[in-house]
This record gives sequence, structure tokens and C-alpha cells, in this order.
Amino acid sequence: MKFIDEFRDKAAVLALSEQIKKESRHPIRIMEVCGGHTMAIQRFGIPSLLPETVELISGPGCPVCVTSRAFIDKAIAYSRLPNVIITTYGDLIRVPGSTSTLDKEKAEGADIRIVYSILDALEIAKHNRRKKIIFLGIGFETTSPATAAGILKAEMAGLFNFSVYSAHKVMPPAMAALIDAGVNIQGYLGPGHVSTITGSKIYDFIAQDYGLGVVISGFEPTDILQSVLMLVRQFENRKPAVEIQYSRAVKPLGNPKALAMLEEVFYLADDWWRGLGVLNASGMKIKSKFAAFDAEKQLEVEVEPTREDKGCICGSVLKGVAKPSDCKLFGKACTPSDPVGSCMVSNEGACAAYYRFVR
Amino acid sequence: MARCSVGQAEYEASLQMLDINELAVGDYVLLHTGFALQKISEEEAIETLKLFDEFEAFNESLDEEEKQSGQRIV
Repeated sequence: MKFIDEFRDKAAVLALSEQIKKESRHPIRIMEVCGGHTMAIQRFGIPSLLPETVELISGPGCPVCVTSRAFIDKAIAYSRLPNVIITTYGDLIRVPGSTSTLDKEKAEGADIRIVYSILDALEIAKHNRRKKIIFLGIGFETTSPATAAGILKAEMAGLFNFSVYSAHKVMPPAMAALIDAGVNIQGYLGPGHVSTITGSKIYDFIAQDYGLGVVISGFEPTDILQSVLMLVRQFENRKPAVEIQYSRAVKPLGNPKALAMLEEVFYLADDWWRGLGVLNASGMKIKSKFAAFDAEKQLEVEVEPTREDKGCICGSVLKGVAKPSDCKLFGKACTPSDPVGSCMVSNEGACAAYYRFVR
Repeated sequence: MARCSVGQAEYEASLQMLDINELAVGDYVLLHTGFALQKISEEEAIETLKLFDEFEAFNESLDEEEKQSGQRIV
């Protein structure tokens, strides 16, 4: 138990904080691109431990938040079809579509079921052979291997009433797009859990071509502070590099078996991100070999025209150019219990984290 | 499949993404949406478990806050 205490040890936290203050001379803005970090940073009050020269900003690390409204609208349209069961992770259910949410559709009688795992969705498919079971696949590389495994399993079991509607995304194109868009950042706090799958090499181009450091961080206060210190050192020495602070869980080559499954099932396609627009080769679509399990290939549906909310600045928040508190709706018209934008819906969203811990 | 416990709760986890030869009963894994994504050191696991206990306490305090204020927070 001594080990755990060391990660939260007050003296260690203060020592790291002091060291950062000592070493940071030039202003540096560091972006985190992992919903888990967004929560941890606010929860542990990390900003209060940093000098004025170091600013942490949230990026597009929350899967629910970057997902397009058009995706929600299409999922809702699927849920209105006869003999369809929608299966989804819980955080998607309250995300506003153009005129409805999955939650509202469920209340009105649509068969929408929250599952913990895609394996549960396969069980539902096994026991409802006459119905079509659609699994809503969202998330980054932490979650997409499970979807790939689910599709492979469905094929093996001959569960042809099962399909996936995929909005899976990959992180590196978004990290490049933010720099291309001129967002003022000097380093990335690299995503911890995404990197357990991908490894660290996928970020090499950020350091080599863009000259920004990436430090893959754990989720404890000392983890985050140590990662910030590593980025500050890189920046002060003008030696941007990719480093792994979270070495107890992340290996440079990631998880080869999971990566092989992703490669087998998905291909990269252009995809739309809230705040960033369409990014080249940033979305994961299902290969034609598995078209039998691709909801978009199996079911035709008419989708209402997409309508974005006026006033919600979620896109700017995800891009790191606005803080949640800059939004006129924040904490007033938009709260976690009655969210207007996706950044307030998900626990991992920057607005939800600010609402809970900073406000 | 493996049987994993997280605090007092028990989950089934697929080991499809890991090398079974490198796993033994009693090991700790990073569990996400029903799959073990990575084998982790015991120290790392104990730490995570403690974090979960804290989340639990945190959630209880939020529940309490909700009860007192009569407003839904999360």
C-alpha cells in the first residue's frame, strides 16, 4: 500500500510543483487529449499547483464530445425502424441530436439498451434472432479494438442479425490538425489508455515534423505533474520528443494483438470532428469484407437534416480556443442534468469537468 | 474468458487481446468494456483499486449533495 501513497504523496506533489516553478521560464501551453486527464486535472486541482508560465488546456479527448450530431440523428433514425434493437454505451444516450436524444426515443418506446460491453450486445443478438441488433461504436483506440473483436466474434458465430454503426476515430490526425489550425500550444499530454493499445510511436511525427513534445501520462497527481515537468524541460531545452511517463502501463509498441484486430476489421476514412471539421484518414470504417456487419451497408434509413445548436461553443472548447466558462450557456441553460452540448453530457467532457470541479 | 473482480463487483473479461501464456490466475489487467487490454503490475492495480474506492466515496458524497439540494448533479 506504500506504493499507492507515493503516487498521491503530498510531499512528492509539492516537490514536483516546486521543480516545475523552478524550471519553467517561458510561457508554455500544454493540451491534454484524453477525457481521463480532463477529469483528473480538474479533480486534483492541478492548475493551482502550476506557475503562471504553465497553462493546461483541454482538447478533443472526449469521444462523445467530438462525435457529430449527424451520427446521433442517424442512430435515432435506426432506433425508429421496426424490429431493431439499438445497443450502446451509456454515455451516448443523453447526447442531443438535432431534435431528439436516444433517451427520449427510449422513453417513447424504441428498444434501446445500454450495454457495458459489445459482448453483451452479441448476447442480445443471440437471443433475438428475428430482430436486428445495432451496436453504436464510438471511441478512440482504447475502445475500437473491442468493436473489432465483437465483429470477428459475430462472424465466427454466424450472428448475421448483428451489425455495428461505427464512428470510431483515431487520435493523431486531430493532434496534427490543431497545430495546423494555429492553436497556440507547445506540447501534448499524451493519452494514457489510447497509448496502451497504440504504443508511443504513432506520435513521433508530432515531435519530428511539428516540433512539439508529447509525454504519455498516467492519471495520478504525481503522474500528471511529472509529465508536465518533462514537457517543460523539453520546451526549455528546445528538444521536443515523445516520452512515456506512464511506463507501468504503456509499451512503445502498444498491444500488437489489438492492433492486428483493428487492422483486420477497419480502414481509415475521412471523418468529421466537432470543432475540427473533416480530417483526413481520421475515422475507422468497416472493411467491405465485413459488410454483413456494417449497419450502414445493411440498413437504409432516412435521416432528418442536421441542426446545430446556436450559442453552444463546444467546438471551440474542444479546439482549446475557448474555456467552458466563456460560454454564455455554461451553468445556466446548459448543466449536466440538462445539457445543451455534448461537452456537458459526458463525464469526460471539459464542460462537465469544469462544472463539477472548478465552477 | 477470465473472471475479474473490481472492488466488490465481479466481471467477466475476454482475454482475446492478450497472450494467455503470459497470464496467470491472480494477475491484474487493465479492463475496458469487457476486454483485458493490458496486463499491469500488481502495484498499478492496487493503486487503481484505491482510486475506485475514492470514486465510490466521491459518488456517495455527490448523492448526499443531491439529496440535500434536491437537484440532480450527475
